[in-house]
Amino acid sequence: MGQDVFEITVNCIKLVLIFLMMVQAVPILVWVERRGSAFIQNRFGPNRVGPLGLLQLLADAVKFLTKEDFAPDKAIRPLFYAAPIFALIPATLAFAAIPMSVPLEIGGYVFKIQGYDMNVGIVYILGVSSLAAYTILMAGWGSASKFSLLGALRASAQVISYELALGLSIVGIILLFGTFNLTEMINAQQGTLSFKAFGHTVTSAYIPNWGIFYQPLAAIIFFAATFAESNRLPFDLAEGEAEIVAGFHTEYGGFKMLMFFIGEYGHMMLGSALMIIFFFGGYGIPWVTVDDVRQWAAGLSESATTISVITTLVHFLSFMIKFVFFLWVFIWVRWTLPRFRYDQLMDLGWKTMLPWALGNTILTALVIYLIS
Amino acid sequence: MAEASGMPLGGVIFLTVFLAIFGTFLIYLARAIGGQRKDNSAVKRDIYECGIPGQEKRETKVSVKFYLTAILFILFDIEIIFMYPWAITFRDFIASGQGTFVFTSMMIFLAIFIFGLFWEIKSKALEWD
Repeated sequence: MGQDVFEITVNCIKLVLIFLMMVQAVPILVWVERRGSAFIQNRFGPNRVGPLGLLQLLADAVKFLTKEDFAPDKAIRPLFYAAPIFALIPATLAFAAIPMSVPLEIGGYVFKIQGYDMNVGIVYILGVSSLAAYTILMAGWGSASKFSLLGALRASAQVISYELALGLSIVGIILLFGTFNLTEMINAQQGTLSFKAFGHTVTSAYIPNWGIFYQPLAAIIFFAATFAESNRLPFDLAEGEAEIVAGFHTEYGGFKMLMFFIGEYGHMMLGSALMIIFFFGGYGIPWVTVDDVRQWAAGLSESATTISVITTLVHFLSFMIKFVFFLWVFIWVRWTLPRFRYDQLMDLGWKTMLPWALGNTILTALVIYLIS
Repeated sequence: MAEASGMPLGGVIFLTVFLAIFGTFLIYLARAIGGQRKDNSAVKRDIYECGIPGQEKRETKVSVKFYLTAILFILFDIEIIFMYPWAITFRDFIASGQGTFVFTSMMIFLAIFIFGLFWEIKSKALEWD
């Protein structure tokens, strides 16, 4: 019984920490986005408040907090206020299932660097993250403004359209790894490239054993669909400010607005993390397996705990480097590509990405069937 | 080892409840600190509509295309979800020698899927004007 209570407490604290980590990352990402966009557009960006403008984050938080809380007369208040709260939930719930490093072992106790380990990881993440469409619809309908409603309808139609291409591109991944479990996927991508074909084993010492070398097309489709799912440019038709003011959050301001931002950036983080896990070896270090790292750590120290700590830290660092890189790609693309027109967006989703993802699935199944 | 960090369902429920409470707390905090300004006229409390008094009702008519997209999405999404169990067991079936049967039956299903998709494109169900 004492063991159970300890277990539950540790897990709850871990979940809260994961959420706080996500919330902490949002102002930093906003800062990177503003400085990055300024860098790309050849201007300064925020550079007055503190060194490099870093304290701008604090100034923004104070500004958001001291704004008057406002709801229009015609708004449906329960929906209007519930929408920003629900905006936090889907991305965080999904992100907690992401394995961020090798489990830590302290004196026989295994501590996973992951909110909860599920055998149906992918299905769970897909299911939970698509609940974001409800948030947008609640905000749009609750605001009672026609701009909000139009933005919400556009956004939800877009999210569900790209969900198809996203789901289909993952079928190729599942065929490749034969599992729904994210940790097992990462374990399958350790070391250098090697696979079995016609009874022989093909190896290469120069290429890491990453998913992208088996599924390049799925990687492109998945990454593009992730942009659409998180409502980022070039797919941010939900808030095309030239046409519908600010889309579903036209009537929102202050802290409620900030909570939508946390949701959006949460989806960005989820997209980067999934991209890493499916195609770039997760927390694994390229060309090297987890056992190699453990042996290297064993050369540094005698105690099993220290070895475990070093292994976990090294892999966490590897995860974070890849993670930050993909977050930067998200920001980079936003300030490089122009926005689509709505019919172009739907055409791309239904008539281009869906057939290509289908073709990829058939091809993958065919190759797996033929070579084994 | 698999059980060491188990309780996924409990974790999900805990996190959902925690986030709901935390979010509500944030909104109340912002409300308490932000306060209310003295100016509280009807114009200010109106919804935004480019500077004129609000014209539209909430029950605006919207394009039927959105409903059509939603219906098509449900059809295709179920078809895609149906492929997941097949994808995960495909290698096992090949290993047990039933690969040809499983492969051809899924290809027949996919042919119907592709036929449906192209029929949809052909019938202009996905055209936006």
